[in-house]
Amino acid sequence: MASREMTGSEIVLKALVDQGVDTVFGYPGGAVLPIYDAIFAQNELRHVLVRQEGGAVHMAEGYARSTGKVGVVLVTSGPGATNAVTGLTDALMDSVPVVCLTGQVPTHLIGNDAFQEADTTGITRPCTKHNYLVKEMEQLPRVMHEAFHVARSGRPGPVVVDLPKDILMGKGAYSGPENFVHRSYQPGTKADAGAIAEAVELMANAKRPLFYVGGGVINSGPEASKRLTRLVRLTGYPATVTLMGLGAFPASDPQCLGMLGMHGMYEANLAMHGCDVMINVGARFDDRVTGRLADFSPGSKKIHIDIDPSSVNKNVPVDVPLIGDAGEVLGQLLRAWKAREPRPDNAALETWWRRIEAWRSRDCLKFAASETSIKPQQAIKRLYERTRDRDVYITTEVGQHQMWAAQYFKFEEPNRWMTSGGLGTMGYGLPAAIGVQVAHPESLVIDIAGEASFLMNIQELSTAVQYQLPVKAFVINNQWMGMVRQWQELLHGGRYSESYTAALPDFVKLAEACQWTGLRATHPDELDDAIDAMIATDGPVIADIVVEKEENCFPMIPSGAAHNEMLLGPDEKAEAPVSEEGMVLV
Amino acid sequence: MSDTERHTISVLVDNEAGVLARVIGLFSGRGYNIESLTVAEVDAANALSRITVVTTGTPMIIEQIKAQLDRLVPVHKVVDLTNDGPYVERELALVKVKASGNRRVESLRIADIFRARAIDSTGESFVFEISGSTEKLDAFIGLMEPLGLVDVSRTGVAAIARGMEGL
Repeated sequence: MASREMTGSEIVLKALVDQGVDTVFGYPGGAVLPIYDAIFAQNELRHVLVRQEGGAVHMAEGYARSTGKVGVVLVTSGPGATNAVTGLTDALMDSVPVVCLTGQVPTHLIGNDAFQEADTTGITRPCTKHNYLVKEMEQLPRVMHEAFHVARSGRPGPVVVDLPKDILMGKGAYSGPENFVHRSYQPGTKADAGAIAEAVELMANAKRPLFYVGGGVINSGPEASKRLTRLVRLTGYPATVTLMGLGAFPASDPQCLGMLGMHGMYEANLAMHGCDVMINVGARFDDRVTGRLADFSPGSKKIHIDIDPSSVNKNVPVDVPLIGDAGEVLGQLLRAWKAREPRPDNAALETWWRRIEAWRSRDCLKFAASETSIKPQQAIKRLYERTRDRDVYITTEVGQHQMWAAQYFKFEEPNRWMTSGGLGTMGYGLPAAIGVQVAHPESLVIDIAGEASFLMNIQELSTAVQYQLPVKAFVINNQWMGMVRQWQELLHGGRYSESYTAALPDFVKLAEACQWTGLRATHPDELDDAIDAMIATDGPVIADIVVEKEENCFPMIPSGAAHNEMLLGPDEKAEAPVSEEGMVLV
Repeated sequence: MSDTERHTISVLVDNEAGVLARVIGLFSGRGYNIESLTVAEVDAANALSRITVVTTGTPMIIEQIKAQLDRLVPVHKVVDLTNDGPYVERELALVKVKASGNRRVESLRIADIFRARAIDSTGESFVFEISGSTEKLDAFIGLMEPLGLVDVSRTGVAAIARGMEGL
């Protein structure tokens, strides 16, 4: 493509459009003014002006995770870039494809401690999948396309492109993505055929099998979820899902045991403890899932599908690694499974299912409803029941409400659930919900929030108003940092050090001040009306759900314990006090 | 760590800004050991550098290190020389010794045994150049210590597989 000379800023925007980008979340500043000038002169890209750069990255994450596309962020140099760091780390931990463009001081000033200079590539090196500092004009088109290739291929992640102002204002030639092949980064997607055969053999002879489904299935795209569902149903085996994998397998399916891990389902954790063949599809043996490693699923042969070889044998040694894209490998497994025509050990499987049903009958999510105060579990359960037939997307903040949302809200399909899993970033949910709503303007988007987290990115309330985004914030308000309070109660002798917020805003008035609608429910009788009114209101709403203050989140695997040492409710005490080793774990 | 092993790993990388910081940051960020690390461009036409890193860890950690290195975007190839058959490794050191009289003679005599060369000398000092395995260099430096060792500069290990195959 012979092309006219363009400015660096025009090249940046052209590359974004050619990469299929329609929305950029950003905030202007000195170093990126040339890009904003170019944005002013075009109509192809929509720019969403955030209130703080940290919010921009979470919005891009919400956008990316609800669409499967790459989320794009544009911030200025120095503080613009450093404010983005939390979101970048969040995206790295949860494998979210994000491209973050940062302004930089002109190349001749780099290293001089210039105004709003920061060593952005140095700061973001450990919290991105890759980053670039563009120092020469002719590199710019290649780097832009490379950034998208790296962000979305293999295990997705955030990529930073640092753009000095003189590069943005200089002139150069553009070349499109079609001319470009990355010279070293070409991750494979298909697993080794021999390993597939080995895996199918293990699966076919299993007596107590279990699928362990993670976010890799969702990252692979909706087809991966379909294939997984087909394979699970074909085998008749039970499946448990991680926090990041919710929706990858339908929650309503009788073979679904729900979420596992620290606040996972009793039946899921005991099945994990007791299985003899584990089929891990796109999960990474996170410490929140495994509990005490030495006693994690001690009797099982482990099959592990992961696109990232460094996830294999990192925490837990596995028997059959299948390195590849979850969707591709599931396709290979499906074909191999059908070709083998396995004759499963039905008697053994029946016994296994009977044990699972016995665990399930403990009904680990039961809780005592109250006549006088709203139980947080009740609030989320009712929210689910009153929105289940709608086109709904859920984001969360981090803490007790997040775990209750994961437990009581049921997801039937992928890309509907956006939460900060790996990094556990308080303040994620509101901007993420805004990003989701930008991508799905007609859908019902709800941030299930805790009041403490909600305040961490509260400035983004006005972003929603500016773009007429009818986001709903369902604030589970107990005035405590609930999960901190719970750990202080269970692990630190009830010394509630600095976990109570003695001064909170009046969320209804806050909503009104920001041109949102504010609602409040304080009594169980008001709950359903508040939920219905929240849904029925056209614009953005804060529903301040004032709940029981000291409710704890159960079931729970105490820190440093094994899956079969779960606590089911407040009346159970751990068999042994939490060990020294358990105490140091987070 | 009970069954700790020492491995020499060759990494072929794009010779671009920040690539060494990326590798070092990976080791420090994840708590891996670096015993020695060397880097230099080996293919100017294709802008490729070769990093040789000597590290220790359990077999599971060594596997992690290789997988983590391999997923860095500018990394082309990771080869565990320790695992992949015979290889040779060499290190070079410059060793400054200040001595007179018998000690001066003794330092020269030991240098001769170790095939070290004196590349600088004054009336009271030598700078020896010595190359060989890490252990040989350690032994030489150990012997120089009581004779008046002043300063040591070592390159770290460079390593390559035996036989005719390239990286």
